[in-house]
Amino acid sequence: MTRAVITHGPRPDAAADVPDIDMTTWLAGLELPSPVLTASGCAAAGRELDQFFDITTIGAVVTKSIMLNPRSGRPTPRMAETPSGMLNSIGLQGPGIDAFLDKDLEWLRARGARAVVSIAGGSVDEYTRLASKLRHVTDVAAIEVNISCPNVEDRGQVFACDPVAAAEVITAVRRNTNPGIPVLAKLSPDVTDIVAIARSVVDAGADGLSMINTLLGMVIDTDTMRPALAGITGGLSGPAIRPVAVRCVYQVHAALPEVPILGMGGIRTGLDALEFVLAGASAVSVGTVTFHDPGAPARIARELAVALAERGFESFEQAIGHAHRAPDPAPASGGPVAGHGHTLDADAPDTAVEAGVEG
Amino acid sequence: MTTTGHSKSGAIQVTGEVIGLRRAGEYHVLTLTAGGIPDLTRPGHFVALAVGGEHSSMLLRRAFSIYSVQSRGVYGGTLEIVFAVNGKGTEWLSRLHRHDQVDIVGPLGRPFALPKEPVACVLVAGGYGSAPMFALADALRARGCRVDVVLGASTESKLFGVLDAKRIAASLTITTDDGSAGERGRVTDVLPAVLQRTDADVVYACGPMPMLQAVAKVATEHGAYSQCAVEESMACGIGVCMSCVLPVVGDDGVTRMLRSCVDGPVFRGDRVRWDEVGTIPEGTLGAPVSGGH
Repeated sequence: MTRAVITHGPRPDAAADVPDIDMTTWLAGLELPSPVLTASGCAAAGRELDQFFDITTIGAVVTKSIMLNPRSGRPTPRMAETPSGMLNSIGLQGPGIDAFLDKDLEWLRARGARAVVSIAGGSVDEYTRLASKLRHVTDVAAIEVNISCPNVEDRGQVFACDPVAAAEVITAVRRNTNPGIPVLAKLSPDVTDIVAIARSVVDAGADGLSMINTLLGMVIDTDTMRPALAGITGGLSGPAIRPVAVRCVYQVHAALPEVPILGMGGIRTGLDALEFVLAGASAVSVGTVTFHDPGAPARIARELAVALAERGFESFEQAIGHAHRAPDPAPASGGPVAGHGHTLDADAPDTAVEAGVEG
Repeated sequence: MTTTGHSKSGAIQVTGEVIGLRRAGEYHVLTLTAGGIPDLTRPGHFVALAVGGEHSSMLLRRAFSIYSVQSRGVYGGTLEIVFAVNGKGTEWLSRLHRHDQVDIVGPLGRPFALPKEPVACVLVAGGYGSAPMFALADALRARGCRVDVVLGASTESKLFGVLDAKRIAASLTITTDDGSAGERGRVTDVLPAVLQRTDADVVYACGPMPMLQAVAKVATEHGAYSQCAVEESMACGIGVCMSCVLPVVGDDGVTRMLRSCVDGPVFRGDRVRWDEVGTIPEGTLGAPVSGGH
C-alpha cells in the first residue's frame, strides 16, 4: 500500500519511481502514514515549508520548541557554517505558548497537518505549566520535550545531562498532560552514558525518545579572533553529527528495544534515514538539511521508500532495528536480504555454515 | 528544468542552469535560468542559492538580491544576481561554467513598497547593494515617479551599475571613499543636497548596515519615508532558522526580533533600531533571558 507521502511528491516525475511499500509506522501508539518528520527548530511551525511540499503528507511537523512566555532569543550572530554542518545559538526565540496555540497550532490544524509540539522550559514548574496548557488542546499528535535547556534552579545545569533532573521534567509533563498523547523525551548526546539517561526518562513515563539534540560546539572567527557566535557556544547539527546520532540510537535501542525512538541528526538522504531505522528508530526527523533543501522532508521520504524496496523490505516496520539482528541466513523466502545484491558466502563464512546446519 | 513546489504564490525551488557569468568591476554577474521565479519577482525580492554541488559540505544557502529578470526568452525565465567573492560559497559560484546547475529558491522576502502617487524618489546604494535598484527604478518610473540615484563605494571598481543608473536616473551622484570616481566621501555626504534639490518623498536604500543607518537618519531629518533593504547573514532564507533577526519597532511601538528573510529584507528605515542591531535591546518582546539552544 502506497501512502500519501509518496503519491504527493512535488516532483511529478518522481512519484512513478516510488515503490509500492507500506511506509506506515507507529511511534508510541501514534500512527503515522510516513516515518519522516521535520525536526524541531528547523521547520518553524510548518507554514514556510508548505510552499515547497505538501506538509500534510509527511509524518508530522515537529514545531520549534515553545516556551511559556514570548522570547526574543539571543543576539546575532546566531549561526556559523561548519564542515557539513552548522552551529546555532538562536536561544529559543518564540511567541510563547498562548500565541503559539492561537496562531501556529491553529494553522497546522486548519491545514490538516499532524503536529508534534516541542516544549522547552527553564524549570520543572515551567514544563509543568506548558504541559497543562496542552492538556485540553486537540490536534496535538505528540509532545516532544526539549530537555536540553539550562535549569535556572540548578546553576544552569542542562536537564538532559542529569538523569534525575531529566526524569523530574518528564514526570511533570507526563502527569500534567493528556494521557492519550505520547510524550517523547529529546535526549542530548553530550552525556557520558546516554543509555542511563534514556532509562531514567523512560522510567519517569516517557513514551518514546527523540534523539539526538545538537552537540555543544564552538567556532572562533579567525579574522576577529573572537567567538563567531554572540552566544559563544552553540549547537552543532547537520551531517557532521550523523555518526554520533546513529551510535546513540543503536545503543539505546539495544538496551531498550521496546522503547520507540524518533531518530535524528544529520539526515540528508533516504539512505541516511535508513541508517537510523536499521539502528532502531521507528521514525526519523529531518532538520538542518531543510535549510539547504526546503523540499528535503518529502524527498527523503521518497528516497527511503526506494531504499527499503531495493533491500527487499515489504514494509517500513520490517526494517526497524534490522542492524541488531544476526545476519540473514540466505537471501530467500521473500524476506529482507542482507547486503543488497552480494552473496553471503564470500564475506561471512560462519553465517553460511550456520545456515547450512539449520537448513 | 526541474521545478519543485506546489504553491501558486510564495517561493518555489528550481534547478537553474548557468547561462553566463561575467565580471563587472570587482563583482561577478551570474545569469541563470530560473523557471517560474522571474514571473513572481518584484523589485527587492531575493533568491537563495545552494552552493557547492550535490554533495556539498556547505549546507547554508547564500542569499542574493535579484538584479534583473527576464520572464520569457530563448531560455525561458532567467534572472541575474551580483556577488563579490568573500568566502568559499561565492568562490564556488565564481567558478561556475555555462550549463552547470544551481539549485535556486525564490523569490524570497518582502519587496520594496511602491508609492501610490507619482512622487520623487531617491535611490541610494553602496557597493553591489545597487543590484536591486535598477528594477526598482523601472517600476517607479512606470508609475510616473521621478528617480534620482546616489551610488557609493570605497573605490571606483566597487561601484556597480553606473551605466544602468545613468540610463534610468534623472540625476546620478557618485561618491567614493578614495575619490577615484565622483565625489570623495560617503553617500550621506551628498544625500541631503539631493533630497533638498528633488524634494523627494521616499528614499530607497540598499547596502551595508552602517550606510543604511546613516541614510535612514538623513531621510527622516528631511521628512522623507525610507525603505531599507538590509544585508543580514542568513542560513535558510525562507523563515525557518531564525538566524537573520534584527530589532524592529512595530506599529504598536513594541520592538521585536524580526527575520530579515521573511519580514524583510526591506524595512522602514525609521523602524529599525540600527544602533542595536546585533543585540537584544532592552524592552524587546521576550527579552532577555538565558537559555538553551
